[in-house]
Amino acid sequence: MRDEVSVIVDNLTVKYPLTLEPAIENINFVVRRGEFIGVIGPTTAGKTTLCLCLKGLIPHMVRAEMSGRVLICGMDTRNTSVPELAKRIGFVIDDPEAQLTQLTVEEEVAFGLENLGLEPNEIRDRVRWALEVVGLSGLEDRAPIDLSGGQQQRLAIASVLAMQPEVLVLDEPTSNLDPVGKDEVFGVLQDLREKRNITIVVVEHEAERLAEFSDKILLLYNGKQLAFDSPEKVFSIKDLERIGERRPQVTELFVKLIDSAILNFDDSIPVTLDSAYNILIKELEESR
Amino acid sequence: MKECVIKVDDLYFTYPTGITALKGISTEIFKGEVTAIIGQNGSGKTTLAKHFNGLLKPTRGSVLVYGKDTRQYKQRELVSKVGYVFQNPTHQLFNTSIEAEIAFGPTNLGLNAEEVRERVEEAIRLFGLEEHRNVHPLRLSYPYRKLVAIASIYAMHPEIMILDEPTIAQDFLGWMLIFKTVNDLKSNGKTVIVITHDMLLVSTVVDRCLVMTDGKIIADKTPRELFVDDSTLKQAFLRPPQITQIARRLSENIAEIPPNVLTVEEMFELLSAKLQTSSL
Repeated sequence: MRDEVSVIVDNLTVKYPLTLEPAIENINFVVRRGEFIGVIGPTTAGKTTLCLCLKGLIPHMVRAEMSGRVLICGMDTRNTSVPELAKRIGFVIDDPEAQLTQLTVEEEVAFGLENLGLEPNEIRDRVRWALEVVGLSGLEDRAPIDLSGGQQQRLAIASVLAMQPEVLVLDEPTSNLDPVGKDEVFGVLQDLREKRNITIVVVEHEAERLAEFSDKILLLYNGKQLAFDSPEKVFSIKDLERIGERRPQVTELFVKLIDSAILNFDDSIPVTLDSAYNILIKELEESR
Repeated sequence: MKECVIKVDDLYFTYPTGITALKGISTEIFKGEVTAIIGQNGSGKTTLAKHFNGLLKPTRGSVLVYGKDTRQYKQRELVSKVGYVFQNPTHQLFNTSIEAEIAFGPTNLGLNAEEVRERVEEAIRLFGLEEHRNVHPLRLSYPYRKLVAIASIYAMHPEIMILDEPTIAQDFLGWMLIFKTVNDLKSNGKTVIVITHDMLLVSTVVDRCLVMTDGKIIADKTPRELFVDDSTLKQAFLRPPQITQIARRLSENIAEIPPNVLTVEEMFELLSAKLQTSSL
């Protein structure tokens, strides 16, 4: 069976007016359907510009020079309108307040669906499903503006989820959430990818959770693509902290142990709690 | 003896919408300590903190700042003692350049132009905003806006500084700046109150955690105590940092590893001692 491809970014360069350097330069990667991709990089790396390109807002709405290609579900963003793209690629931004517009939670989720012209019954079902997925059932009649920051963020995700896109791009979707809320959202994303084959692209600084869930990590720095590889490869890159990214704590521990020759280790450095635990317990038991 | 700077006594607060967000809070905040208010979204953390500088006044009970009821203060006097950095920086930025934004607070305190300039330069240097000093704050990305918001309150040199979710959306360099700022404030004897979901920040810089659920404080513990207290963690939707999680698992089988390890450095020391002696 042929692997379906959700996203192709081909030699993408974007330069904003009145700036000297491109915001992103020569970005190249391919995301297959159902993959989970983490995007990391310090504040000025170009992550938001990349998201604008995936959504088609560059080149259609935002003034910027773009070269190279972006294909979403086979559609070239240059020849496809933003509303047409929006049916296939959903987008959750990092400031939920800026994307909530309606008077009640229920209307907020229904808003996008009404604009797609769906039947009322279908809308009702999808609203119920999306609110359940993000854990906001029961708050249908509350005003979005009265919700806590974390609840607003989950509402923003529900509104996009309800449109049932094939690709979901999330720009720091869990930054306002408590730790269990963060786990829930990542759990939801994992579920969407496994049960619904939805492709997930998530921009985050949550190294531990990205390492746990991502198939690949895209590392951007100053507009350049430093890596597009497995979490093990990317989180063991030397000097990651110096360019403004953090490793998972267990990986940081292993890097220190290996650097000070306390552990000799040829395999790839662990990036998850389980893999780190398994190695350490073995070392510690052998040293008894 | 510890000096109490804020005393909260049986505080209740009901919003005009009828939602009661605080249900009988009693606690004290001590000078020179970093106190974290943590807990689930919607548990009342921000509502509580807004009582500390008089943005909200009790429906019942009282809040004393330096021994005086917040209802007796002139707002101007209170905000010069207690600085509040909002969760959403967009809510507090309104000037046309970073410089003007940072100068606004000190100017309103009645400082002379020279002092204001010094405060602005200090804050710009401290928060690495040199490149952006003439930029409109709302043209900056969210993490920078947050740093500007912190810098503008910092420039007022309040005795007590409240930071509402300071590390959200920060990359590691921004995180380190905030970590360092909190540490510096603490070593200068200032009192810091931080509302946060960032367990890395809690485990590295916080002295004491007030854990809230549903408008009440359910625990008052050090981070080291909190991260091994499963019943509180569960009730408040918290998780220990990853390094504490692995310590807790290892401690079940390895006697020399305690469960309450807080930082990567601590864990590194423990493991080097254990693994090095054995290889000799």
